[in-house]
Amino acid sequence: MTTTAFRGGTVIDQGGRRPGDIVIDDSSGAIVAVEEGSPADRTIEVDGCYVVPGFVDIHSHLRQPGNEMAETIESGSRAAALGGYTAVVTMPNTDPCTDSVAVVSEVLDYAADALCEIKPSAAITLGRSGEALSPMAELVAAGVRMFTDDGTGLQDAQLMRRALEYASGLLTDDGTSIVLSQHCEVSALSQGGVMHEGAWSSRLGLGGQPAEAEELMVARDIALSRLTGMRVHLQHLSTAGSVALVRAAKAEGHPVTAEAAPHHFTLTDAECAGYDPVFKVHPPLRPASDVEAVRDGLRDGTIDAVATDHAPHTPDSKELPFDTAPPGMLGLETAFALAHTELDLEMERLVELFSTAPARIAGLADRQGGPIEPGRAANLAIIDPERTWTVDRGALASLASNTPFHGRSVTGMVRHTVFAGELVVVDGKATR
Amino acid sequence: MTVALGKHLLSMADLDRVDIERYLDLASSFAEVQKRDIPKVPALRGKTVVMAFFEDSTRTRTSFDLAARRLSADVVNFSVSSSATKKGESLRDTVETISAMGVDGIVVRHASSGVPNRIAEWTDASVINAGDGWHQHPTQSLLDCFTIWQRLGTGDNGLEGLKIAVCGDIKHSRVARSNVEAFSRLGAEVVVIGPRTLFPPSFDGWPVKVEPDIDAVLPDLDVVYLLRIQQERLNEGLFPSTREYRAQYGLTTERARRLRPGALIMHPGPMNRGVEIDPEVADDKQAVVLDQVAAGVPIRMAVLFGLIGPGQAVDRNEFDRIEHEENR
Repeated sequence: MTTTAFRGGTVIDQGGRRPGDIVIDDSSGAIVAVEEGSPADRTIEVDGCYVVPGFVDIHSHLRQPGNEMAETIESGSRAAALGGYTAVVTMPNTDPCTDSVAVVSEVLDYAADALCEIKPSAAITLGRSGEALSPMAELVAAGVRMFTDDGTGLQDAQLMRRALEYASGLLTDDGTSIVLSQHCEVSALSQGGVMHEGAWSSRLGLGGQPAEAEELMVARDIALSRLTGMRVHLQHLSTAGSVALVRAAKAEGHPVTAEAAPHHFTLTDAECAGYDPVFKVHPPLRPASDVEAVRDGLRDGTIDAVATDHAPHTPDSKELPFDTAPPGMLGLETAFALAHTELDLEMERLVELFSTAPARIAGLADRQGGPIEPGRAANLAIIDPERTWTVDRGALASLASNTPFHGRSVTGMVRHTVFAGELVVVDGKATR
Repeated sequence: MTVALGKHLLSMADLDRVDIERYLDLASSFAEVQKRDIPKVPALRGKTVVMAFFEDSTRTRTSFDLAARRLSADVVNFSVSSSATKKGESLRDTVETISAMGVDGIVVRHASSGVPNRIAEWTDASVINAGDGWHQHPTQSLLDCFTIWQRLGTGDNGLEGLKIAVCGDIKHSRVARSNVEAFSRLGAEVVVIGPRTLFPPSFDGWPVKVEPDIDAVLPDLDVVYLLRIQQERLNEGLFPSTREYRAQYGLTTERARRLRPGALIMHPGPMNRGVEIDPEVADDKQAVVLDQVAAGVPIRMAVLFGLIGPGQAVDRNEFDRIEHEENR
């Protein structure tokens, strides 16, 4: 057996912070030693770097099958690896919709050569149409652990209740649990809205989505979680009201989890002033007071995970008028650096937000999200916290270039990424 | 003195008070040109203006078309029905194609807010907003200011001291958005009147006072500016019926009687007689709707001249000098 050691770094996982030399068995892809000075056949010096469990994104649109001009599993997984991710949960709004074992199998086929683990989520309802349940038991047997009608919330409260109750009775072969994940948006209130409803939408003459369109569904799903006793995961919280609702629900002991997207803790609705659809996203960019509330939620544990909502779009679709262009922005390659730069958080908390918590939510904790210890699969991100770099939309691995952060200077760079023992990123470059 | 008026006219926010007054001043000169036997000057000879109307418009396009021709510009009509956008070409490709043919000005009308702003990023030509979505309609505002200024203006003091009410569907109106900005910049006090469902979600930063009761302010007004109520808004359930709208907010014959003598009644057209304005009121001598239309041509001449004319500068003397040289 040949082995590789990462020497000189600071290991941070749920067990805390400590010096360590991480030795990997190149053939099995497992961690074999973590003590300083452990012998190995080859050494990679990572002085001054953090060695952390690889990141887990529980919300990415990798567009395959259906829109391979914007992204593929391969290109998306490369973007993920460059962002420090070793696992990505893909969203089901593919074409055809990921609502059957056939499409799940197709996604997993594409994922065979991916640069990170690809875990498809599946739609709660057939075709994400909000009318009838997808074959959830079959999908669970095919490995699905997260269900979502992402892009549109499941509007029908009764159907959402049924989905929660039905899912609660499904068994998994590995003992992991199933979670329903909701895009919170009451469409009757958000209809016609292409940005946040407020002073900016009023001035710009664009239709708005009020914060309440999100908050009503957050409140509804917390109530349904109470009614059914079933876990609910709430996607991309973007308003102060949503954060407060989740905080109160957690205080009462309800089994809800929540995520926030990087753009919701870094950008405000004022960005829409130039009508560039690169700033169009659902839920929309909100005013500064909401951005601050999301940051508070990330700080105090109300929000469990950072999730990218990575949404690639071809350039021509983002050159449509603001009201007709599709919503969504890239996230995988910039998420960690933005959080590291913009959130005043300890690295320990960032590791929870980017790795430990999302791995648990997605049912991947047996192999993702740490701890970094012998016998575990080597899924690692090695971070240089001092390195400053500038986001360049032309230099991204994603096939698309719709990042709203082009030209922004950030601090904290993913230097190496190890996926199942393979060095997929070395010195900030993908190895394949 | 000449003052450059920038490269584009996208929004009233692009113009400060001095700019607006220069346009009004210049439009006065062009209004005189209009009265001549041959109402045409060679100020834009050799310049090419493209009318890119992505949304149907008869009045505004005709007005811009006449304005450009009376300045001797070459005018190209880019008609959407026969254009490439219907064939799936992106907006940017369309704009770059037009620009590559070498044009000096692009007059843009589009149903989506912000399209002229985007087009301005993709072309070297001057972009003139002829109305975009619910956002802005700056030449309408200039012609409205011109109409008020000619009848009620206080010399060098613009619209100082005047009280103007803008009534109706503020939320969906590009005319309202640009007019409140224009009127207040010239010194007028602006009130907005209408049902809350037809107001934008927020008036933060708008130089307006919200007045729920039209009857409370009628006797104090110098101008009542009525906006068109579209059938679409009724279909969306934003108010119960056109009958109730007329009773609550319409300028009825009875209400018009309580206006002070000399107060102006304005409307950007086309009017819904019997909804926002009673038929008799529309035909009253206080209603200056046709004067607004008439002001459109000289105002658009002023804008085209200001943005793509010689030196891209606006000054009445400058214009007179060019005309003099051309006539020699």
